[in-house]
Amino acid sequence: MTEKLKISIKNLNVFYANKQALYDINLNIMEREVTSLIGPSGCGKSTLLKCLNRMNDLIDICSINGQIMIDGTNINDSDQDPVLLRSKVGMVFQKPNPFPKSIYDNVAYGPKLHGIAQSKDELDSIVIKSLSRAGLYEEVKNRLFEPGTGLSGGQQQRLCIARALAVGPEIILMDEPCSALDPIATAKIEELIEELKTKYTIVIVTHSMQQAARVSDRTAYMHMGELVESGFTKNIFSNPQHQKTQDYITGRIG
Amino acid sequence: MTTITYLAIFALAVYSFIINKSRAVSLAKFSNLHSQPYYHGIYSAVFMFLPAITLLILWTSIQNILTNLTIKDYFGDINDPGLVKFYINSVIDYSSGVSTRVIEHSGFLPAVERYSSLTYTNSILKIIVAIGLSVTLLRLSMKTVTVEFKAREYVERLFVMLMKLSSIMAIVVTVGIVLSLLFETLRFFSMINIFDFLFGLQWSPQTAIRADQVASSGSFGAIPVFVGTILISLIAMLVAVPIGLYSAIYLSQYAPYKVRTFAKPIIEILAGIPTVVYGFFAVITVAPFFRDLGDKIAPGALSGESAIIAGTVMGIMIIPFITSLTDDAMNAVPSSLKEGSLAMGATVSETTKQVIIPASFHGIVASFLLAFSRAIGETMIVVMAAGFAANLTLNPFESVTTVTVQIVGLLTGDQEFDSAKTLSAFALAFVLFFLTLILNVIALNMVKKYRELYE
Amino acid sequence: MNNLSQRNQAERRFKTYGFLAVLVAITFLFVLLFNIFSTGISAFKASYIGVNINLPAQSERSDINPRKEFKRQVYEMFPQVKTRSDKRNLMSLFSKGAIYEFEELLENSNKEDINGYHWFLAHADVDMYIKGTVERQGNEAGRINPSRMQYVDVLVEQNLIKLQANQYLLHSADSREPELAGIKGAIIGSFYAILIAFIVSFPLGVLSALYMEKIALKNKFSNTIETNINNLAAVPSIVFGLLGLAIFLNFFSLPRSAPLVGGLTLAVMTLPTIVIAARSAIKSVPPSIEEASIGLGASRIQTLLNFTLPLAMPGIMTGTIIGIARALGETAPLLMIGMVAFVVDVPGTPLDPSTALPVQIFLWADSPERAFVERTSAAIMVLLIFLVLLNLLAIYLRNKLEKKW
Repeated sequence: MTEKLKISIKNLNVFYANKQALYDINLNIMEREVTSLIGPSGCGKSTLLKCLNRMNDLIDICSINGQIMIDGTNINDSDQDPVLLRSKVGMVFQKPNPFPKSIYDNVAYGPKLHGIAQSKDELDSIVIKSLSRAGLYEEVKNRLFEPGTGLSGGQQQRLCIARALAVGPEIILMDEPCSALDPIATAKIEELIEELKTKYTIVIVTHSMQQAARVSDRTAYMHMGELVESGFTKNIFSNPQHQKTQDYITGRIG
Repeated sequence: MTTITYLAIFALAVYSFIINKSRAVSLAKFSNLHSQPYYHGIYSAVFMFLPAITLLILWTSIQNILTNLTIKDYFGDINDPGLVKFYINSVIDYSSGVSTRVIEHSGFLPAVERYSSLTYTNSILKIIVAIGLSVTLLRLSMKTVTVEFKAREYVERLFVMLMKLSSIMAIVVTVGIVLSLLFETLRFFSMINIFDFLFGLQWSPQTAIRADQVASSGSFGAIPVFVGTILISLIAMLVAVPIGLYSAIYLSQYAPYKVRTFAKPIIEILAGIPTVVYGFFAVITVAPFFRDLGDKIAPGALSGESAIIAGTVMGIMIIPFITSLTDDAMNAVPSSLKEGSLAMGATVSETTKQVIIPASFHGIVASFLLAFSRAIGETMIVVMAAGFAANLTLNPFESVTTVTVQIVGLLTGDQEFDSAKTLSAFALAFVLFFLTLILNVIALNMVKKYRELYE
Repeated sequence: MNNLSQRNQAERRFKTYGFLAVLVAITFLFVLLFNIFSTGISAFKASYIGVNINLPAQSERSDINPRKEFKRQVYEMFPQVKTRSDKRNLMSLFSKGAIYEFEELLENSNKEDINGYHWFLAHADVDMYIKGTVERQGNEAGRINPSRMQYVDVLVEQNLIKLQANQYLLHSADSREPELAGIKGAIIGSFYAILIAFIVSFPLGVLSALYMEKIALKNKFSNTIETNINNLAAVPSIVFGLLGLAIFLNFFSLPRSAPLVGGLTLAVMTLPTIVIAARSAIKSVPPSIEEASIGLGASRIQTLLNFTLPLAMPGIMTGTIIGIARALGETAPLLMIGMVAFVVDVPGTPLDPSTALPVQIFLWADSPERAFVERTSAAIMVLLIFLVLLNLLAIYLRNKLEKKW
C-alpha cells in the first residue's frame, strides 16, 4: 500500500450562523485506503464529510475557514468549480435516493452530464462496468429499463454506488451507507467496499464501531466537533491514546 | 304585526332559558345534577321556541296559499294566468298600502276587502295560538328541570344535527347548481337541437328572435363561442406559463431566503386584485398599447377588442396560480433527490430540468389544468376587453367572444324568461360548469396519484 | 471536462431567465397599480368656481328662489353678458349641483356672513380642462366650445377656478353627471352584501367543518361531501350568479338588485373557501389537547367548543377574511342578480335596490364620458384600500389570537 496523501485537512473550522460545529480539524486521508469517521451522535462527522465535496455550500448559513487540499489544491479557493469537484469526489447517502428513472438512466445520468461518453456504445459500456463494479449487474442485467425505485433497499444503495462510480471519481464519500439496510445487504456493501478500495479512496462515516473495525484501514474518532484521535484502525481499537476514545470504544459514552 | 309576534316568541324563549336555568341552579344546591344548569336552560328554550316558530312559519305559508286561492276567485273570468298573478299582487300591494293603484276590474275592490278581513282575522288567530302554544310549552318545560334529566345529551344531539345539516348544505348547493342549470338547459334543448348547439358554426341569438326563426338551425351554433373562449385562454396560458414556471423555479431553487420571502407575496398580490380592475386596466392601458404597436406594423389591422388584449391581461392574472402551484409541486420532491444529483456534479439548472421537473411532472401539469380552468371561467376581463360578436377564427388579432361574455350579455337586458335566447345562456353555463368540473377532477386526481409516489 | 464552460454558461442563462421572469411579474403589478393610482388621484379633487355673493341685507330667506338668485349672482359677475345664449353658455360652466350648494349655503349661514366669495362645483367639462385631462386646441377643449371657453379664460385669469377636495366622490351615490357622482351608495351596498354573506356563510362553514373533521365517520358519504366542496371551490363565479338568479330571484321572488340577494349569492360562493380553511385549521389542532380534555370527563362537544374551536380560530378567521375579501371584489355574480341597475339613492336597508363597489366600477368603466375614467380609477383605489385593510386585519387577527394560546 503506497502511502500517498490524497486529502489534507488543515485547521478546519465550520460554523452554522453563530454556532460552531467543527473545531480546528487536522486530518490526512491517504490514497486508496478506507478511512472511517466515528463518534457519538452530533459530533460533526457528517458535517466534516460534506465539506469534502462542498455540499455544505448549499446551506446558506454555513461558513468555513481553514484548508482542504485534494491532490495539493485547496478546494475552497474562489477559482475552484464545485461542479468539477463533485465529478471527482462522489457521494453515497444514508438513505438510498435513486432517481425516478430507469436503472440504466440512473447510472447514465452522470456520464451524460459531464460528457464523458462519446457514443452510445461507450455509454452502454460505462453503465455495465459501473453496475458490475457495484456488484449489481448480474441481478439487474435483464431489467435495465425498469424503474430504479422498484429495487430492494440494498439493491438501491448499490445502484447509488454504481451511479457514483459511473462518473469516474477518485474519491468516494459514504455517509452511513448501511444504516437503512438489513444485515445481509450490509454485508454485501461491506464486501463491495473491500473491493472498491483497490481503485478508489474511500471516506466513510459510520455510527457502528464494529463496521469501522471491519472495513477501514484508518479511523478518526470525533467528539463534540473536535477530532480527538486518528490513526490505524487496529491501534485505535486496541490501544487508544486518549481517554475519550477509550470511553467511546468501551461503551461508557455513546 | 308578524315581526312583533316573532320578537315576542324570541323574548319568551330567552325568559324560558333564564327561568329554567335558575331553577336548575337551585336544584344543584341540594343534589348532583346530571347536566349543568346551562343545558337545562338551552333545552327548555329550544323546546318552546322550535315548535312555536315552526307553527308560525307553516301557518303563514298555508295562509298565503289559501288567501291567494280565495282572491283568485274574484278574477275567475280572466284567462291569462300571468295577468291573474299580476292582479293578485296588485290586490296585496293595495291592501298593505304599498301602492295606491286601482285596477279597472269589477272584482278588484271586493277582493281587497276580502283580503283585508281575511288577513286581519288570521293575524289575530295566529298570534293567540302562537303565544298560547309558547306559554303552554314554557310551563311544560319547567317540569323537565329535574336532577336526572339528561338535558345536556339532548342539547348536544341537537347541536350535532345542526352540524350535520350544515354539511349537507354543500351537497344542496351543488345539487342546486346542477338542477337549476340542467332544468333550463333541457328546456333550451327542447327548442333548439342539441347537435345544432354543440356543433353549429353560426352564433347570433339576437337575430333569431327578430326573424322569428327560433328553431332555425345555425343561429345557436356555439362553436365560435367555444373557440373564442379557448383562443383567449390559450393566449393567457402562453403568457402565464413561461413567466410563472420560471418564476417558480427561480424562487424555489435559486433565490436567497430574503428575496423569496419578499417576492413571493408580491406575486401573490396579482391574484388578489379583483378581475374588474384587470378589465379596466386592459381597456385604458393594454388596448391602446397593442393598438399603437399594431398601427406601426399594419395600420388598422388590430381590432380594439382583439383576443390578444384580453388574453394578455388574463395571462397576467393567472401568473400567481402557476407560480404558487408549481412551486408547491417542486417543493414536494424530496430534497434527497436534489442532493443526490448535485453531489454528482450536476448544476442547479441540470438538476431542475432533469430530476426535479420530471419528478414533479404530475403536479406541474395539474397546475396548468387548474390555471386553464380558471381562465375559461373568467368573466370581467373578457366582458370589458373582448368582443360580443361571435367570430370563428384562430387569429389572435381579431375580435372574438367567449362563453362568459355571452352569458352576461344574454341575461342582463330585457328578459323574457322563456325565450330560447335567455335559455341559451343557461346551456352555455352548463357546458362551462361541466368543463371546469372535469378539468378540476383530472387535476386533483393527478395530484393524488403523484403524492402516492412519494408516500 | 471539455463541456464544463458550456454547462456553466447554460446554468447562468437559466438562472437569469428565472430572475427576469420574477422581475417581469412584479413589473406587471407595478405598472397596473401605477396606472390606476396616477389616473385616479386627480378625482379626489374637483374644480370649483368662485362667485362673489352679494345679497341685499333686507332679503328674507324664504322669499328667495335659489335657482333664480344664483343665476343672478353669477350674471352680476359678468355684466357684459346680455343675450340668452351667452347667459346659457355662462351658466353651463357650473354643475347642476351648484344650485343645491347655493341652497344649502342659504340655509346654513347668517345673513351677515353670507356675502363674499363662495365656491361652487364646476361642470365636468370644465373640470377635465382644468385638470389637463382634456387638452386645449386653439379656443376649444373637448366639449367646451369657443363661446364657453371665453368665460373660462376670464375665470382662470381672475383665479376664480380652484381645485378643491371633491365632496361628492365619497359622500354621494351615483349620478348621470360625472362631477356629482360618488361611490357612497356602492360602498353601503357592498357593505350590506358582505355582511350578509359573512353572517350566512361563517356559521354554516364552521359547523360543517367541525362535523366533517371531528364527528363524521370516514365513509363514502363524507367523501362525497368532501369532493363536492373541493369542486365547488373551483366553479367559476358567474355560475353562482346564475344559481342566485334561478333560485333567489325566480324561485323565492326576493327583491332584485337588493344587497340581500347579492349577499346570499356571495355566501354560497364563499362557503367552500371557509369550509376548506376551517378544516385545515381544525386538523392542525394537536390531538393531545383533546385527549386531555376528554380524560378530565368533558364530552366530545364540550371539548370541541371549549378547546378545539378556540385553538383553530386564528386559522379559521384568516381563511374567512380572505374569502370575504375575495367576495368583496367579485362582480360577475352580482351582475347576474341585477345589482347593476343605475341607482341614485343610497340604500337604507339590505332590501333596497343598490349597487356594489366592483359593479359601480364596471358601470363607470363602460361610460363614454372622459370624466368617469378618473373616477373609475379612484373607485378602484378605494376598493383596493379596503382589500388591503381586510388582509391586514387577517394577519393581525392571526398574530393576536395565536399569542393567547
